[in-house]
Amino acid sequence: MQKTIDISKQLKQTRRRENIAGYLFMAPSLLFFAGFVIFPMGMCLFTSMFDYTMTNFDFVGFSNYYELFRDPTFGKSLINTIIIVVASVPTVCLFSLWVGSIIYKLKDIHTSFFRCIFYLPVVTGSVAVTVVWKWMFNPYYGLLNYVFKGLGIISTNMNWLGNMDTALWCIILILFTTSVGQPIVLYVSALSNVDHSLVEAAEVDGATNMQVFWRIKWPQIMPTTLYILVITTINSFQCFALIQLLTSGGPNYATSTIMYYIYYEAFKLSRYGYGSAMGVILAIIIALFSAVQFRLAKSDQ
Amino acid sequence: MDHSVQKVTAYKVIAVILLIVLAVLFTFPLYWIITGSFKDARAINSPAPVWFPLQPTDANYIKLFTKPAGLWMFNTVFLCVMAMVLTCIAAAMGGYALAKKHFAGRGILFSIFVCAMALPKQVILIPLLKEMAFLNIHNTLWAVILPTVGWPFGVFLMKQFSENIPNEMLEAARIDGAGEARTFTDIVFPMIKPGVGALAIFTFITAWNDYFLQLIMLNDTQVLTISLGIAKLQSELSTDYGLIMAGAALGSVPIIVIFLMFQKFFTRGITMGAVKG
Repeated sequence: MQKTIDISKQLKQTRRRENIAGYLFMAPSLLFFAGFVIFPMGMCLFTSMFDYTMTNFDFVGFSNYYELFRDPTFGKSLINTIIIVVASVPTVCLFSLWVGSIIYKLKDIHTSFFRCIFYLPVVTGSVAVTVVWKWMFNPYYGLLNYVFKGLGIISTNMNWLGNMDTALWCIILILFTTSVGQPIVLYVSALSNVDHSLVEAAEVDGATNMQVFWRIKWPQIMPTTLYILVITTINSFQCFALIQLLTSGGPNYATSTIMYYIYYEAFKLSRYGYGSAMGVILAIIIALFSAVQFRLAKSDQ
Repeated sequence: MDHSVQKVTAYKVIAVILLIVLAVLFTFPLYWIITGSFKDARAINSPAPVWFPLQPTDANYIKLFTKPAGLWMFNTVFLCVMAMVLTCIAAAMGGYALAKKHFAGRGILFSIFVCAMALPKQVILIPLLKEMAFLNIHNTLWAVILPTVGWPFGVFLMKQFSENIPNEMLEAARIDGAGEARTFTDIVFPMIKPGVGALAIFTFITAWNDYFLQLIMLNDTQVLTISLGIAKLQSELSTDYGLIMAGAALGSVPIIVIFLMFQKFFTRGITMGAVKG
């Protein structure tokens, strides 16, 4: 009797010790996480209900959200954002899958060479990348006009970033070059980890390369594809530096995105409540997109 | 059979040639930054591009350091090192606890960390700005460092690495009478060192390039980073591309060198961070 009490007491003590130790180890990260991620997230929801500017702080319920749905610039920015996402996510995924599937079979040193090259624009940093592209797109002495004229694609200099029809596509192109690095790294590692015995068995049975790829490798790299879809979607939704530095959302809002419009309303016009409401909507849209991709990928499996 | 092998080879050859062309295109902006930074105004503004500066000039760099780029670099390095050290300490401890400590609420806590990662970081910038103003650290480098440390990716990554520590080793340490702190510093830390390395380099590079956060938090000329500095050059002297390219080179070449030196660690960090069930 005495002994069982001892044991249960000891158990309780161990459990308490584990709890205390666990929370002590968690304390630093939890403090930063709660203070600088969770708390602001909550505040974002809260302030979206207020007419919150430099001078005002009045509760207005959902009227920021009502205003959003009637704001043509928000509508335009939403459409631009969706164009960017729809154009870049599939191209980034397919391109990186293609590159990954070629380079993972090369010699190690060649694999890392190509992996580094495609990662370079990411490491170079959005600001440095943006300023050099701005120079290359320059209508008077930009490199691209010179090259395209030389190739006979255009006959006179184009103002690529100042033209409503081309500006958004320029952004999408630059975004593409800075987006494929991480997916390629992930695909190379996923493809190298594909179970080889299955591939060999299929080859012995006379399967073509295409069949081996789609029937055996593709299902095995599905979790990676899913992850890449989600991160590429989030990245495309958040594309900001490019737009702020290249076009400031112009010409005539042709390149304004939700992220840029949030910046403009909240930090240029100091409309914090309105900006927060847009932030909430953006978070919901991203969550929905990710959820849909999860569903599609799951049913595909 | 022979035929199919040959077809594969032909495809492979074409594919590799195409890859090399793409590699040149992907490296070109960097080449243009570096060569551009050594060009004089005539070479910069010539309608027919000067492919290589045959008479390189250092005028752009001299001008750049009067802007003052030295201060920008100092701020950037300080910011990145601080963010890196704090993130590694906090994340190594937190990740270990999430992987190995059976405390109440562990499951829920982990789910919250993972969900927060999927949310757009920039959405919280508005309240974050107000919070920093309230804490009286707005316009200091700490306003950028603290939120970087709070981002949950590090904890997530370190949890992945900590799971590989064999429970028997922790058990043995406990039986030998090692306290929690001793166990962490002597047993756990050496085992997750590669993970910490990966996280360190990852945090450093991310912090270096986190333009949006810096843009919102830092306005004073005293606290500008190199990214903000380049952006400022561009908005003030938008046609002096030689100077702007010198800034871009200063902002990107050091970080590229660091990336190339530690790319093994870095790649591992990216891959480990993605492996989830």
